[in-house]
Amino acid sequence: MNSTKMTWQGAAQIVDIKKAIFWGPWYVAEQRLRNMSKWLVSLISFGLGNPILFLFAIGLGVGSLVDANAGGKAIDGVGYLAFLAPALLAGAAIQAAMDETSFPTLQGFLWEKNFFAMNATHLTPNSIVIGVLIASLIRAALTTLLYEIVLILFSAITWASVLPLFVSAMLAAGAFGAAMLATASKVVDDDGFFAIVGRFVIAPMMLFSGTYFPIASLPIYLQPIGWISPVWHATNLGRVLSYGLPIEPWLFAIHIGYLLSMFVGGSLIAGRIFAKRLDS
Amino acid sequence: MSLIGATYDSAIAIAERRSGKLGSNLYVGRSSALLERNLLAVRSSTWLTVFSGFVEPVFYLLAFGLGLGNLIGGVTDGSGHPVSYAAFIAPALLATSAMNGAIYDSTWNVFFKMHFQKFYNTVLSTSMGPLDVALGEISWGLLRGLAYAIGFMAVITPMGLVPSWWGILAIPASLLVAFGFSSFGMAVTSYFKSFQQMNWLNIFMLPMFLFSGTFYPLSVYPEWLQSIIQAFPLWQAVEMIRALCLGQIGLGLLSHVIYFVVMISIGLVFTTRRLTALFMR
Amino acid sequence: MAEAMIKAVGLTKKFEEFVAVDGINFEVKKGEAFGLLGPNGAGKSTTMRMISATSQRTAGDLHILGKDPNQKGPEIRAHLGVVPQSDNLDRELKVWENLFIYGRYFGLSRAFLKKKVDELLAFAQLEEKRDAKTDSLSGGMKRRLTIARALVSEPEILLLDEPTTGLDPQARHVLWDRLFRLKEQGVTLVITTHYMDEAEQLCDRLIVMDKGRIMAEGSPAELIKQYSSKEVLEVRFGSTKNAEAAQNISGLGDRVEVLPDRILIYTEDGEKVLKQIVKLGFEPVTSLVRRSSLEDVFLRLTGRQLVD
Repeated sequence: MNSTKMTWQGAAQIVDIKKAIFWGPWYVAEQRLRNMSKWLVSLISFGLGNPILFLFAIGLGVGSLVDANAGGKAIDGVGYLAFLAPALLAGAAIQAAMDETSFPTLQGFLWEKNFFAMNATHLTPNSIVIGVLIASLIRAALTTLLYEIVLILFSAITWASVLPLFVSAMLAAGAFGAAMLATASKVVDDDGFFAIVGRFVIAPMMLFSGTYFPIASLPIYLQPIGWISPVWHATNLGRVLSYGLPIEPWLFAIHIGYLLSMFVGGSLIAGRIFAKRLDS
Repeated sequence: MSLIGATYDSAIAIAERRSGKLGSNLYVGRSSALLERNLLAVRSSTWLTVFSGFVEPVFYLLAFGLGLGNLIGGVTDGSGHPVSYAAFIAPALLATSAMNGAIYDSTWNVFFKMHFQKFYNTVLSTSMGPLDVALGEISWGLLRGLAYAIGFMAVITPMGLVPSWWGILAIPASLLVAFGFSSFGMAVTSYFKSFQQMNWLNIFMLPMFLFSGTFYPLSVYPEWLQSIIQAFPLWQAVEMIRALCLGQIGLGLLSHVIYFVVMISIGLVFTTRRLTALFMR
Repeated sequence: MAEAMIKAVGLTKKFEEFVAVDGINFEVKKGEAFGLLGPNGAGKSTTMRMISATSQRTAGDLHILGKDPNQKGPEIRAHLGVVPQSDNLDRELKVWENLFIYGRYFGLSRAFLKKKVDELLAFAQLEEKRDAKTDSLSGGMKRRLTIARALVSEPEILLLDEPTTGLDPQARHVLWDRLFRLKEQGVTLVITTHYMDEAEQLCDRLIVMDKGRIMAEGSPAELIKQYSSKEVLEVRFGSTKNAEAAQNISGLGDRVEVLPDRILIYTEDGEKVLKQIVKLGFEPVTSLVRRSSLEDVFLRLTGRQLVD
């Protein structure tokens, strides 16, 4: 045993409890972001690679069939690529937010149980929830910006629509991230969780939300999937904001209201489940 | 306690019957025991997970076939006949179903069995040989692929998306496709050591799904890109099954069959070699 | 009775440049319990894997029941029951299915296995856990199930790699009892362990391995007699005084070993030596007189402790 002497002033001296409580969520977010930074290279390459693939395959490939059949201004009076861009953007933002709310939550409760360790400090369940959400929104913002650069290069969007599309994508990310956080915090057995969420929630949400074609061209029995999907609300919002798709004011309000209430509702429910699980 | 064995063959008697046959160190003709094991194991797994793998291509069919079909109208097939967009993508998604089903078990599940459950250590400490294990696991993946394909066929046929009677042959063709992907998938997986490497599989699968002439004819691409895509197994599968479903029978089909036979053999050889190297070194 | 079940001559295993097993010779006779004792990395597990016909030797000769594992892998494995170091039960199967399917790997018939499984569940005291998932079993239960699984093919040789590592004392004794019963039935046991009490309890004969070589061979009693004294006196003087005390008492007993935290004195009469130490003016903080064990044999042979 080495007999080195530790400096020791005591927690009362070195911890400013008011400050620690106020900034608590940011410490949680910092932990998440440090974790993320280890994968920065793959995050960036996915963030760029995925949109490029979809733009080539669907935007240009399928787009060539659509535009050949119905002319270059077939949908909403714009080309297929311009129509597709807000949808792909919302989808990518949601995917990023989903990754940063689902994995960390299963990790925190099941795999490494680090949420319990956090809860043993001054951090409250709510500060953990907010912290995870902050980190997921930062990740979504990064992904969205990267995606927008690619879209600009493909001439799929204009410079003027960069900011409005960023906002609509982030609304989607927040709404879905919060809902995912609430769902994932309920999970006690992760067997098949990602397969089921991926194929029964994400896949239909991405496919039936007016992403690749207007929701109205689906049979009526498939349209409700779009109505409840944050992707549709964000995509339609994005189309209004980027190429001026005409819209009724009430629908515009519904889009924003739906996404915001999903965000707030999801966060509140997540907070409640976290508290129950951590403090029981 | 060994008395009750008297009327039954002992493990030794069974093993000695194989002795002396060619390759008896690698193969003892018992890959069915692994299928039996997997059948027991699957009973306890989440059926929803298994079902979810089948549903995904169906979603694509509904969304793209119904939704996009309205925008696109029709496409001209390989021999210049017009077909509806849904009938164009349905065989491609059938091929994808067979591929997905085969891949799920032969890649990620094999990876977990290999590195976390030490499953193959256990099996190979019995009188099974590495080729038994390779064949057993690959056949299991193949069966799931075949099940997905038959299920998908049962969805698209009533929808009128299989116009030709030759389409029946899409089922054995799916079997070939599933066998190929299962075999190759397990071989590749057996060389992977980390999750990061496994993620490369996903990175490879997505563009292959998107670009293999699944959603539109390959002719939209420049020729150099076309010939690259033609080298990939999903394109081979899509072409073969699409030709059968649309009733375009020709000698060209044979080249796809040969492609998959080669793919299966390569997969089997490398899986067996790798299992031997990993667990019998 | 003296038929050789396993015979190794100059058995060698290299991994690239690293020599894991360095030309060892040994023979295991029918019905005996044979132990491989040594610290981690001594080459015990590698030797075990070569015996279990899942690892090809680099050089030398190895015969199991007169057959060469490099030629007749599956055939030899049909004679063996393997209990690996870490339980690798099939987590996706129930307890009874683990036994059943393992038997199917040997090609045994379903009718035979139906009876066999019940018999083995009784042997492993796991009848009530028949339909449980393996995850719900305790460490001792898992081990017993792993052993039962290895018995499904009624093997002549049972290979056990560190059978009781990680088990609590009670579970170890239950397990030893089961192994004794097997031995009584004429099953040949080959056991690796780094616990000397286990080796003393279970093994008729053992080899002490270190760095891939055999350091000594014999029954536990023979080894202790040959390499150690009857008793051992262990004394502690506290971390600062050990070295000084050691210098002054080095002449006492047959032999003295100075360890970082204590001093061992090998002697025929421990109490007598303790009195002599006190007479010399050294008052140990703690003292203990005990019988010699294989631990002492190993210390003598290698100058190192078995468990560090």
